[in-house]
Amino acid sequence: MRVLLVGVSTAIGRLLVLELSRAGHEVLGIDRRGWVDAPVPVFELDVRTRAAEDVFRRTRPEVVVHLGTVASLVMPGEERYRINLGGTRAVFDHGRAYGARHVVFVGRHTYYGASHDSPLYHTEDDPPMALSTFPELADLVAADLYACTALWRSPDLATTVARVCYTLGPSGQGTLGTFLKGAFVPTLLGYDPLFQFMHERDVARAIALAIERRLRGVFNVVGPPPLPLSILIRETGRRAIALPELVYALALGRFGLPKLQKGALGHIRYPVIVDGSAFRMATAFAYELDEATAMRDFREAFPPPRRKE
Amino acid sequence: MSRSSPESDASLGRGEENGHVAETDAIDERISRLGIPFNEYGIDPYGISKTYLRWGMRLLHPLYRSYFKVETYGIEHVPPRGRAMLVGNHSGGFALDAAMVLAAMFFSMDPPRLAQGMADKFIYRLPVASLWASRMGQMTGLPEHCVRLLEDERLLLVFPEGARGTAKLYGDRYTLVTFGTGFLRQALQTKTPIIPFGFLGGGEALPTIANSYTLGKILGLPYVPITPYGLPFPLPTRMQIRFGAPLSFEGTGSEEDAVLGAWVAEVKTRIASLIEEGRA
Repeated sequence: MRVLLVGVSTAIGRLLVLELSRAGHEVLGIDRRGWVDAPVPVFELDVRTRAAEDVFRRTRPEVVVHLGTVASLVMPGEERYRINLGGTRAVFDHGRAYGARHVVFVGRHTYYGASHDSPLYHTEDDPPMALSTFPELADLVAADLYACTALWRSPDLATTVARVCYTLGPSGQGTLGTFLKGAFVPTLLGYDPLFQFMHERDVARAIALAIERRLRGVFNVVGPPPLPLSILIRETGRRAIALPELVYALALGRFGLPKLQKGALGHIRYPVIVDGSAFRMATAFAYELDEATAMRDFREAFPPPRRKE
Repeated sequence: MSRSSPESDASLGRGEENGHVAETDAIDERISRLGIPFNEYGIDPYGISKTYLRWGMRLLHPLYRSYFKVETYGIEHVPPRGRAMLVGNHSGGFALDAAMVLAAMFFSMDPPRLAQGMADKFIYRLPVASLWASRMGQMTGLPEHCVRLLEDERLLLVFPEGARGTAKLYGDRYTLVTFGTGFLRQALQTKTPIIPFGFLGGGEALPTIANSYTLGKILGLPYVPITPYGLPFPLPTRMQIRFGAPLSFEGTGSEEDAVLGAWVAEVKTRIASLIEEGRA
């Protein structure tokens, strides 16, 4: 099959290229950032442009995978909205117009939000509480919901909405990898939420499996069972700095601590855990790399800064 | 109905030369026999932690054995494995009753079991309390949690009186307030036996003469119990937990409230009679 990956230069995109190529598929990519020495044709384009539409027109991919939503909260909100919503719309519109039979939207499990009174394990039926608990993620939630509408707007097009838990691995990319990059990781005093993450190679395998099965519907995608944040910090060689909530907001972005939005505090106070049983049942997916491997690979790629003796 | 008291619980190796070490080893051994699927980090898929259980049980053990001298009756009604729902009355101004049932399941059952309480949502807003509650297997009282844990063959602990039950004053300590019906719906839905229990002694341990809702609001709690000596500090009184024979009902959990109401009343009556047996 000819598969077009939008957002191919992301860590997951690069791994997916290898996964799909190994399986004998013809792979193409689009990404604003380009990819030097890419093993497959990559078009350095924004998917919302006419030139990107032309790629769809000329190559007529059978499957389109959208990995190009932006989670970075450093980017101005308006620009993120345009990329995430406009980009998602372009993927579906062009895919449909130029003969794609399957579109895979790769979303995030944070769609469900972190709250003290929500179920520990979210199923795909749960509402997007992130809108109230973390309003800064509204564009990602909207992109996810927009992708879901393709299920009824375009019944001839197989649509997969994959809500993937945090990823971790040697690339260091992703929300969790970024959060854990520094020597010190800020936590909230008196809280230690469970974090659900999977190795980035397993994410690529899971998406490849969704393509193979031409999966239709909304699915949570998870790997091993979750671990408390404190263990995650310890096993990646970092040191937790537990701060009272009042101090936390003042310290963020200073003293070498990562800069987080106010809504992100909910994610280090309460867990966001999803139930991946529907995806497992539909695809027989089983993770190959456990939590220890994911943490070790991250740690080896980003060793903790040496402390003074 | 057989009686067991903490004094008769020899499994923790008290009386040995190095009692402290023996007690810790015995707690570890009991944790390993809970049948909980801990991973290599000592964490189960619900976030229960071996380390927290060890420390929590070390704290609960002297309270259960010496401070409150809890006596249990009919503990054989609790199945050694598989899904079951412990349903009882609240006794005392805060969750002392839940802690002692947790201790009874852990220290007086063989094999030990972990009772997983369905707790009030406010606990999970509080730092430290939320952490300890979740690491000890106590979860927010949501239908989703109830069903998931039962389908996972866990032992649930439910107080259908909710926060209204812990707010009972000293004079009302043996009465029951209105029961919610959710627990019965989930028991029917998952075909789970209900093990009723009556808890006595919590009202004496914490003789509440009033509840301060204003102070509670300031502290992020539903209320703060006020005792004749001011502080809500529990006194070393004897406690009893009396378990009854399992109750099973035929249904799907989607019945009308009127139908469920009659069954809930049956559970409530059974709990009331267990309390009366304890008072006799």
